[in-house]
Amino acid sequence: MSDIAPQSTVLHSLSPMGRGRGEGDSIDRASPAPSPQPASPRRGGARARTWFVLIPYLWLAVFFLIPILIVFKISLSQTALAQPPYTPVFDPAAGLAHLKDFLAKLSLENYAFIASDAIFLLSYLKSLEIAVISTIILLLIGFPLAYGIARAPRRWQALLFMMVVLPFWTSFLIRIYAWINVLQRDGLFNQVLLATGIVDAPPAWLSTDIAVYIGIVYSYLPFMVLPIYATLENMEETLLEAAADLGCPPWQAFWLVTLPLSINGVIAGALLCFIPIVGEFVIPDLLGGSQTQMIGQTLWSEFFANRDWPVASAVAIVLLCLLVAPLMAYQHLQARALEGRP
Amino acid sequence: MRRGMSTFNFVSVALGFGFLYLPIAILVIYSFNASRLVGIWGGWSTRWYAELINDQAMLDSAWVSLSIALLSASAATVLGTLAAMSLVRAGRFRGRLLFTGLIYAPLVMPEVITGLALLLLFVAMDVDRGFWTITIAHTTLTMCFVALVVQARLLNFDTSLEEAAMDLGCPPLRTFLTVTLPLIAPAIAAGWMLAFTLSLDDLVIASFTTGPGATTLPLRIYSEVRLGVKPEINAICTLMIAVVALVVTAASLFAKFSATRERVLPLGAQV
Repeated sequence: MSDIAPQSTVLHSLSPMGRGRGEGDSIDRASPAPSPQPASPRRGGARARTWFVLIPYLWLAVFFLIPILIVFKISLSQTALAQPPYTPVFDPAAGLAHLKDFLAKLSLENYAFIASDAIFLLSYLKSLEIAVISTIILLLIGFPLAYGIARAPRRWQALLFMMVVLPFWTSFLIRIYAWINVLQRDGLFNQVLLATGIVDAPPAWLSTDIAVYIGIVYSYLPFMVLPIYATLENMEETLLEAAADLGCPPWQAFWLVTLPLSINGVIAGALLCFIPIVGEFVIPDLLGGSQTQMIGQTLWSEFFANRDWPVASAVAIVLLCLLVAPLMAYQHLQARALEGRP
Repeated sequence: MRRGMSTFNFVSVALGFGFLYLPIAILVIYSFNASRLVGIWGGWSTRWYAELINDQAMLDSAWVSLSIALLSASAATVLGTLAAMSLVRAGRFRGRLLFTGLIYAPLVMPEVITGLALLLLFVAMDVDRGFWTITIAHTTLTMCFVALVVQARLLNFDTSLEEAAMDLGCPPLRTFLTVTLPLIAPAIAAGWMLAFTLSLDDLVIASFTTGPGATTLPLRIYSEVRLGVKPEINAICTLMIAVVALVVTAASLFAKFSATRERVLPLGAQV
C-alpha cells in the first residue's frame, strides 16, 4: 500500500499538464545530488550551487518570515495618530539605548483589549464553527464524489478528473459571484422554488449563513476531492477481491478496507480545507450577513475601517496561534510525503 | 480500485458535477441577457460585451492584472524551481524542517495574515505601494505552488541520465541545462500557469499591498460586485472563463503531445 503524497499530488494534478507523471521510475531520495569523484573544480561548483539554491529561501525569509515577525512586533505596540499609526517604531540607527527603550514600551494591551471585547471572541468562535461544519459537509460531498470517480471506467476517469479540476482554474471571485446570481431574491433558485410551489414568497438567501456555507463548500470542493481521489486511485484492487473471496460483504469491505486505506487522503483534504476556511474573508463578506462576522472580516475592518493596526496585528497573531496545531499536522503530512512513498 | 459504478456512485458523481457547473452555466447564459434586470429574460443579446469595450477603467485594470501576473509568475517559476531542486536533491541537513516549513506554510496560511504581514513589511521599509509591491507579494505566494508542482516531477525523475552526462564529463551547469531542464519542462510550464492563474485571481493579498493607481481586475470586480449583480460583470466573467477554458484545453493537448515525445527523448539524450 502506497503512502500518498497528499498535497504534492493534489497540486500536481491540479495542473492541466500534471497527469503525465510517474512512469514507474523511482530514485533513491536519500542520496544527495549526483556528485561523483569530488574533483576540486567541481567542489567549487557545488559551493556556488549551494548559494544559488539559498536564493528562494532568502526571498521567503525576507517576504514571509520577517513580515510575520513584524506583525508580532506591532501587535505589542500602541495605536497612535501618526503615519505609520503605531508606536513605538523601532529605529536600529539609534543604537542599544533606543532598543531598551523600545522593549520597555512594548505592551500586551492589544491582547487584553481582544480578550475584553466579546466581538473578537464571537468572531473566533464563528470562524471555527463555520470551518468545522463546512469541512464535515465537504467530506460528506467530497468522499462520494471521489469514490464515484475512482470507480468509473478508466476511459471516463481522465475526463471526470479534469472536470473536478477545471472550476479551480476559473477565478474564485467569479465562482462566488455566480452564486450571487443564483441566490439573489429574484434569482434562479427562488424562481424554481416558486414555480414548483415549495414556497409562496421568495425567501432571502443572501446575507445568511446558508449562503456562506454554499459558497465555501462550492469553492473548496476540489481541494477535498483531489487528495481523496489520489489515495483511492492508488488502492490495490486485489485487497477488495481478497475481502470478497473471504466472504466479506461489499459494505463491510468498504468500511474495513477502503476507508482505512484512504484515511491519509481524507486527513489531507480536511486540513487543506479547514485551515484556509478559518481565515476566509471574501466568501462571508460577499455572501454572509452582518450579524456575526468571521475573524477574517473582523481583522479586515479593524485594519481598513478602524485603522487600528496594532489590534489587527494582535487578531492575526491569535488566529495564527489557533492554527498552529493544524498547520503542524499538515506540515508533518507534507514532510512524510517528501521522504518518499514506501 | 475496482472498476464498475453502482447507482449510488453514478448519482453522487452526477450531483457533484451539477453542483460544480450549474452556477457557472447560469452566469454565462445571463451574460447574454438583453434585459438589465437579472430576474427577467429579455432575449439573447451581446450588448453587455459591447459596453465592456467602452469601459476604460475595466480595461486598464485588466492590463494591470495581466502585467502583474506575467511578471510574478515568471519570477515565481525561477524561485520555485530552485526551491524544488533543493527540497528534492539536498538530502538531509540540519534545519531542513525550517526550510520545508518556509515553502509549505504560505500555501495554507490564511490570506488575511499574509496580506497584513506583507503590508506591514512594506510600510516598515517605507516603499511606495502599488504595482511592484503586488508583484512581489504574488511572487512570494505563488513560488511555493510552483515548488510543489516541480517537486512532484523531480520525485519521479530518473537521476541516472544526469549521472551518465556527468560521467561523460559534462559540467554540472550544462548537465542541468541540457538534461535536467528539458525533462522537467512540462512541470515548470504547469507551475508557471498555476502561478499566473493564482496571481490573476488574488483579491485579498492585492487589497493589502495595493496603492494608488494599481487597481487589479479582481479589486475592480470586487468593488462592483459588492453593489449587486450587473450584466457587465457577467460579461467580463464569461470572457475570463472562456480564456481559462481555452488555455487549459491547449495545455492539456500540449501535455499529451509532450508525453508522447517524452518516451522518445530519454533515448535521444543518451546518444
